[in-house]
Amino acid sequence: MAIGSFLILFILFFFSSLNPILSLYEDQVGLVDWHQQYLGKVKQAVFHTHKTGRKRVVVSTEENVVALLDLRQGEIFWRHVLGSNDVIDGIDIALGKYVITLSSGGSILRAWNLPDGQMVWESSLRGPKHSKSLLLVPTNLKIEKDNIVIIFSNGRLNAVSCIDGEVLWEKDFEGESLEVQQVIQPPGSNLIYVVGFASSSLFEMYQINALNGELLKHESAAFSGGFLGEVSPVFSETVVALDSTGLILLTVSFQNGMISFQQTPISNLVKDSFGPAKIIPSSVTGIFAIKMNAVTIVIRVTDENKLEVVEKTNHETSISDALPISEGQQAFALVQRAGPEIHLRVKLAHNWDDNLLKESVKMDQHRGLVHKIYINNYIRADKSYGFRALIVMEDHSLLLLQQGEIVWSREDGLASIIDVTTSELPVERDGVSVAKVEHNLFEWLKGHMLKLKGTLMLASPQDIAAIQSMRLKNSEKSKMTRDHNGFRKLLIVLTRAGKLFALHTGDGHIVWSYLLQSLQKSKVCQHPIGLNLYKWQVPHHHAMDENPSVLVIGKCGPSSDAPGALSFVDTYTGKELSSLSLVHSVALVIPLPYTDSTEQRLHLLIDADKHAHLYPKTPEAISIFEREFSNIYWYSVEDDNGIIKGHALRGKCTGEVADEVCFDTRELWSIVFPSESEKIIATVTRKLNEVVHTQAKVIADQEVMYKYISRNLLFVATVALKGSGEIGSVTPEESWLVAYLIDTVTGRILHRVTHHGSQGPVHAVFSENWVVYHYFNLKAHRYEMSVIEIYDQSRADNKDVWKLVLGKHNLTSPISLYSRPDVITKSQSYFFTHSVKTIAVTSTTKGITSKQLLIGTIGDQVLALEKRFLDPRRTVNPTQAEKEEGIIPLTDSLPIIPQSYVTHALRVEGLRGIITVPAKLESTTLVFAHGVDLFFTQLAPSRTYDSLTDDFNYALLLITIVALMAAIFLTWTLSERKELQENWR
Amino acid sequence: MKWVKVIVSFILTLSFLSFPSCAFQSDELLVDDEEFGLEGAPQHRSPEPIPTRSPPVTSPTRKRHSDLDSDSKIQFSLDHAFGDSDFSPAGTFSARLKTWSHGGQFCQTLTKLRFSRNSFSDVEKEKFKNLLESDDFYRIRLPSNVLSPPGRDFIISSVKARCLPRESLDEHFVIHMEGVNVLAVNYGSPGSCPYPRNLKLPAKWSFSSHTVLKNSEQAPRAPVFTEEILGGENAEGEVVQPAERSFWAKYWMYLIPLGLIVMNAITQAMNMPEEQATGQVPAQGQPSAGAVQRGPSSAVRRR
Repeated sequence: MAIGSFLILFILFFFSSLNPILSLYEDQVGLVDWHQQYLGKVKQAVFHTHKTGRKRVVVSTEENVVALLDLRQGEIFWRHVLGSNDVIDGIDIALGKYVITLSSGGSILRAWNLPDGQMVWESSLRGPKHSKSLLLVPTNLKIEKDNIVIIFSNGRLNAVSCIDGEVLWEKDFEGESLEVQQVIQPPGSNLIYVVGFASSSLFEMYQINALNGELLKHESAAFSGGFLGEVSPVFSETVVALDSTGLILLTVSFQNGMISFQQTPISNLVKDSFGPAKIIPSSVTGIFAIKMNAVTIVIRVTDENKLEVVEKTNHETSISDALPISEGQQAFALVQRAGPEIHLRVKLAHNWDDNLLKESVKMDQHRGLVHKIYINNYIRADKSYGFRALIVMEDHSLLLLQQGEIVWSREDGLASIIDVTTSELPVERDGVSVAKVEHNLFEWLKGHMLKLKGTLMLASPQDIAAIQSMRLKNSEKSKMTRDHNGFRKLLIVLTRAGKLFALHTGDGHIVWSYLLQSLQKSKVCQHPIGLNLYKWQVPHHHAMDENPSVLVIGKCGPSSDAPGALSFVDTYTGKELSSLSLVHSVALVIPLPYTDSTEQRLHLLIDADKHAHLYPKTPEAISIFEREFSNIYWYSVEDDNGIIKGHALRGKCTGEVADEVCFDTRELWSIVFPSESEKIIATVTRKLNEVVHTQAKVIADQEVMYKYISRNLLFVATVALKGSGEIGSVTPEESWLVAYLIDTVTGRILHRVTHHGSQGPVHAVFSENWVVYHYFNLKAHRYEMSVIEIYDQSRADNKDVWKLVLGKHNLTSPISLYSRPDVITKSQSYFFTHSVKTIAVTSTTKGITSKQLLIGTIGDQVLALEKRFLDPRRTVNPTQAEKEEGIIPLTDSLPIIPQSYVTHALRVEGLRGIITVPAKLESTTLVFAHGVDLFFTQLAPSRTYDSLTDDFNYALLLITIVALMAAIFLTWTLSERKELQENWR
Repeated sequence: MKWVKVIVSFILTLSFLSFPSCAFQSDELLVDDEEFGLEGAPQHRSPEPIPTRSPPVTSPTRKRHSDLDSDSKIQFSLDHAFGDSDFSPAGTFSARLKTWSHGGQFCQTLTKLRFSRNSFSDVEKEKFKNLLESDDFYRIRLPSNVLSPPGRDFIISSVKARCLPRESLDEHFVIHMEGVNVLAVNYGSPGSCPYPRNLKLPAKWSFSSHTVLKNSEQAPRAPVFTEEILGGENAEGEVVQPAERSFWAKYWMYLIPLGLIVMNAITQAMNMPEEQATGQVPAQGQPSAGAVQRGPSSAVRRR
């Protein structure tokens, strides 16, 4: 007994020494979380050619990132995310030390210090009208020792000093319909040519003195055929354009101020014409390219302005910009994809026939075509010119090619994630060995000795570093099998490029990637868009041998009636199982709560004509579906119209679309918001797979409240039409925000509440029986968060224990939404300091663990806020009973505790979404935040109450137990001996 | 329930304090929310129009504006459809339209809503029976604007026909209004409609209707603690601190082992005299019995 209690005491001592903590210690960073930095699809790259910095490249991307990359490894030196409303129009390097960016439709010009990315200056440029934005950094143009930058934006030509961003001169181009196409600065002269079209058939040329902005010449000439699209400069005083039919090429030269046109029908150049052409702009002297359907034609312009086809190819071809290599010589690169290889050729501008470089590089099929190429030269060991090429692929990845090899690659497609889902890893089979986890016994012992030392605070700094690296390297976490706690999963992400990636939750490495053919540009589908990812098949009970698969839904083009496309992808192998091009559009996808015998989930796709289509198209699925036919309802929100409608199914489709799996629908209810006073700005529902542990909520003084838990609740927020603009654009009297809770089966409004003087944007999250939403309070000049909790009163009488014992309760009776709901709502509002990008809520397997709100702040961090703070039952002075229940005294604002940032010191730049996935361990939830960056971590909102932490010292426990056992045996033998002696006495 | 009272009084004071803007209507209609077709209340079973009672209109807000008020009577119709059939007139709502101007804006609200239901014709009865048999939807619709019907679109609501019949056909309307616009109508049986729905024909083919007009409630404002602006730091700190726990909750991990030790000590103390007692037994020449008795006591010691 004594020893037993001693043991218990010891174990208790152990548990109490495990200090449960809410936030991380410094050395725990990176143990369960990972962070990856991306850039997005590169739209412009400029190599740093200054003597000291030949190993760097500046890029701007479609995610509005400007970054400096290391050419050796592709690492980011520095990076700035400018934000979605500050689109980058152009970048360049000036003076060899400043990165110049033009953004926001040509109205903001910034200079960044190249080595460290500090902003040097910023100027705002205004102009009379909206126009194309062009940035030009002339090499040898100086105004009083000032290097200048020429910017054409908003109908105004500006010359800006490189040193301080001061505007030296400006010149307006206010011609009514003048559309400036190009600003050309012939090298070595002090002239600037501004060329453009006016009233669609007039070619205009302005010659301007670059030193003072004085207009030297203005010529215009009419061309009866009109112009189409862009112009491509071929010489410093010659441009090439297309006529309005796209069939005739125009060579326009404006030498000495005289404009002359030369027409060349494309049919004269190539025998078989393929319809209207498009100019691919390039800056190579004497060379330009046109594209007709899928055929690319490279044309050379001779000195007499004669056109000459030099290449005609069916392959998608990308041409780089011109790269000056020596006196008067320019090099450029052409790149094409052919099967598993890409062919890179570097040529001199005036000598088409010879190649400076010709290479073939093996390229993964799943990178698609080459979209862009940028070249840079270096001097080889043998003093000849070498070239390296930076290429942007169809999947938005960025690669550096040199000497026929891929030096590095960046998966920048991951910067634009559209949708995320998860998949379980395969179960550990007998064949799969796990033994290699610990290399050998000695290593294992050494590791545990180190840990023991660490625990007993005997470790030297080297030991601590060794422990830290050991923990980070822990091979357990990136294993490719399922783990007991469900921490290891695959994150399946769909990117804007139409590529599917599987990321391992352990360390974020890419397990496989697949470029979906159904989401690639093709003849039938010019602008495919990826929409959503759904779990198609989750092997569970009787289909354990099948691999899980996901359903990818896309559509052709942005219009609502564009036909859809489906792909089914195996999540273990990353192979496409099948794909379907649909005849109907996809307006809404409803994953139904039914699965067939192979665990394929039934999905209902609603098209723009409100027909429902069932997938999979199997007789079994139809029979399952028909059983539940009358219980399927859904709703549609017409944002721009201000109408929400409810629908049900009617029967098989009639008319020309007669199909076994097509069903007609009918409208059951509608809610029409008055167009002059309310505009829908947010709709939120509960997550479909959310689990609620208990309906009853025991409150202080042993009372029970029943949560109103319905999967069919919809939260809608509307604002006054006037107040739908930016914050502060209206007075508080003109603006209000109305929050609704709507039952989507019957269309009942269960709750409706108006917040006067409030304004959007509204970010909301719905979970269990509560909704939390975030908006701006104009009267208080602060952001506010409100909570609405909804409780079921019809079950409120079931408090009596005797009723429960005798079975006289209605807890097990089925709920019909057609009954009149008897609900009460409780709500409260609090001030919140931050503006918010997105809100999510933690979710756990069984829903027992208390919830945390995950708030994506404007600073691109994720803040965890306990739901307790948003409890509508908070009062100023809670009673003792309420305090014991965990109710916090009421405060007017929600606290922001610095330790509760989930992302600790990191930032998830351009944060767009937060996804939470339950782990198998009830206390833990997996959090994935994505934007330009990716961040993943594990959270335990109520701490890990159901497991020991990772750093639990098993060795110490083992040693203690062994020591105790030894002590027991020792004392036992001692006492035996003593007893024997006593007996012999 | 105390806090409910607090909040109610809080809302009331707020509503008095806040100046009456156009979107915020008089309190009158809030009172209108109250149920009047209560159980046990005398119900009119006649096919003729059912007058619905409206509560007395005495509220300070209204009086303030009474000079500018102008009342007019308006009517709008209720249409119904059986299953997927077309809509046909089923009854008429009549109400008083109150108009007042305030700050150059006109605000209009409906009060004193009355509803007269047309009785079912034989054809309609037959259709309704069919609905009951096939467990189909009985649908109704209202104009979305009562002044210029149908407004932008009709407001539709439907219910499974089997939810309506009881003694007579019981129906319950909750009409959500915003000025003269109808946002939504919640239509259904006044009580529950248990699932599975059983086929049951009404005893009387007449409607007993209950109507409720609902306007938006005003949200409780975020509490502002002026005193905390001065001592905000403390208040913030208070929140961060975990709630004060009871002695037991704090120290249970120490108390349990302590208890065990005490228990252990007591058992040992109790064994002590026993052992002394038994220890003397073998001395008296009964070794076999002593061995038996010593067993448990030594085991206790060793464990």
